Amino acid sequence: MIKDIIEQAEALEQRIHTLSLTKEEMEANAEEIRRLDQERTQLLAQCADLSAADRVYLARHPKRPHIDDFIEHLFTDFFEQKGDHLYDEDASIYGGIARYKGMPVTVLGHRKGRTMEENIRYNFGMPRPEGYRKALRLMEQAEKFGRPIITFVDTPGAYPGMEAEEHGQAEAIARNLAAMSSLHVPVIAVVTGEGNSGGALAISVANQILMLENAVYSVLSPEGFASILWRDASRHEEACEVMKLTARDLREAGVADHLIPEPLGGAQTDPERLYASLDIVLEKSLNDLLKLSPEEVRKQRQEKYRNI
Amino acid sequence: MKSPIKKVYELYKNRAFEKKAREDMIGHAGVHFTWPLAGKSAGAEKAEKAEAKADTKAEGEKSSGRSLPAVMIPSSFITCRSCGRRALRRRWEENCFICPTCGKYAPLGGYYRLKLILDPGSFEELDHDITAEDPLGFPGYKEKIEKQEEKTGLSESVISAVGTIEGIRLVTVVLDSRFFMGSMSRAVGEKVTRAVEYADAHHLPLLIFSASGGARMQEGIYSLMQMAKTSAAIETFSEHGGLYISFLTHPTTGGVTASFATLGDITLAEPGALIGFAGPRVIEQTINRKLPKGFQRAEYLENHGFVDRIVKRSEMRDVLTDILKLHVDSGVRPGAVTTREVNA
Repeated sequence: MIKDIIEQAEALEQRIHTLSLTKEEMEANAEEIRRLDQERTQLLAQCADLSAADRVYLARHPKRPHIDDFIEHLFTDFFEQKGDHLYDEDASIYGGIARYKGMPVTVLGHRKGRTMEENIRYNFGMPRPEGYRKALRLMEQAEKFGRPIITFVDTPGAYPGMEAEEHGQAEAIARNLAAMSSLHVPVIAVVTGEGNSGGALAISVANQILMLENAVYSVLSPEGFASILWRDASRHEEACEVMKLTARDLREAGVADHLIPEPLGGAQTDPERLYASLDIVLEKSLNDLLKLSPEEVRKQRQEKYRNI
Repeated sequence: MKSPIKKVYELYKNRAFEKKAREDMIGHAGVHFTWPLAGKSAGAEKAEKAEAKADTKAEGEKSSGRSLPAVMIPSSFITCRSCGRRALRRRWEENCFICPTCGKYAPLGGYYRLKLILDPGSFEELDHDITAEDPLGFPGYKEKIEKQEEKTGLSESVISAVGTIEGIRLVTVVLDSRFFMGSMSRAVGEKVTRAVEYADAHHLPLLIFSASGGARMQEGIYSLMQMAKTSAAIETFSEHGGLYISFLTHPTTGGVTASFATLGDITLAEPGALIGFAGPRVIEQTINRKLPKGFQRAEYLENHGFVDRIVKRSEMRDVLTDILKLHVDSGVRPGAVTTREVNA
């Protein structure tokens, strides 16, 4: 199981870190550090061949880069927009206007948070209807001002709470799907972690879907899938294998357009390298789409989904 | 003036429809019975199964290796699943399959529902040949589909058709909750999308009866993508000025609710229908307390502003006629609903 490998690698990294706090210490422990680093590389080399369940584990890894990291490293001049301007602000959807390579774009996505406090504030990345309506507001503005839209998908699903139902969770998602299908600006969705159910789809009806190598995208979480089909949530690992939810499976299915390679052992082991490879693909995708006329952009998106 | 051949053809066509509607009705008694699936890609294995059943039921007559229609005598009583009381089948039928004792709505078969609302002889089925596939190669899925086909006589959980209500031509789609809980598969998404496109191309109003347990798990991501596909079709149809009446029946949940079912210009619901995104059990587990009585029911949704009107089965046809007529007569923006058929 990859979990143990990743945890051992993290422990090694921690030790390397404690050994190299100051420059003097680093020099004194150079030998030891090199040995540990080698050990770590060897460990991670075992991660070359991953099962679907391993990828689900990596996709949910708490240290995996999140939307705030992507915005910080790939975009400039970020201006956050809050609230659906109808009823409430849902912090699990994070978004606003930013520049990508100098070009104004609308960027938005699910936000999970890192600490427990953040997790609770952002509801573990599970949006309520207000979140989807906020996303819709941002996207409609993007359409008005002709800004391309880039979304980052990382959610366990839409929040299945009582208020969420009362406020029309289903209606909010449906409106997003309908509205996104008819946008005239390019939409690029990047699946960075796990994308489950309508909660992920509601912000990922896109011209191009980019998926990080270890990201997963599926109709439901493997746990939910197992409990619906086999009435046994503990069989989730088995579910992962039959669900065909990895980035490679999705590219075969024609859902994902590009795969973004991740460093060995997942994106969290070397985020800088991930940002660089994502940047290349994102720029290329966006440039390709900007060559199309607004009508063509819309048509291309509709055809992509019509043929699935 | 219709040609006599066309008349005969229509008569014949309607007979097939009436037969299907009757089968749907009979299914209610819980009497398991397989009509011989002659002509319907019935594999040798399936024919054998049907034979075996006919054997046990009514000493099946056999000729040339194919089972003959056994005489079908449905039970004359139907027991309500809600209150447990029995009532005469005739009483149920008169009552549109609403329990005569407690008023609980029993599910309706797709063809039977269409028979209740469409003008006699106007039914014309679309895309009958699109059936469930197995895009992921999911273990055991194909066998399950076969079982469902045998049980319900349907090839997918959706029926799409063109017909008329009081002379107004329209496209209707019915999701049948008996087949795989009306779950959304690739074939369902395709059939719904095609029906919407047909309505769009012919400037016809669209009426969809939704009933679904959500996504078809066995089709994974393909099932999810049908939400985007159908919603996009509805959006285009709507932009062209088409009228879409969404009729929510018990139960409408999951992916269907979160796509085409909630995008109607007019949203109607059947009394007591369960309508929501997440199922009540999942919500209870998440928030860790009991849900109030009537939560996610049609009446609750009406009070929370998501349903225009709750329509009883007995008034279904009248209400639909009224709505269609209002759109025909308004005519400020021509093209949405053709008046041609009405004047003719």
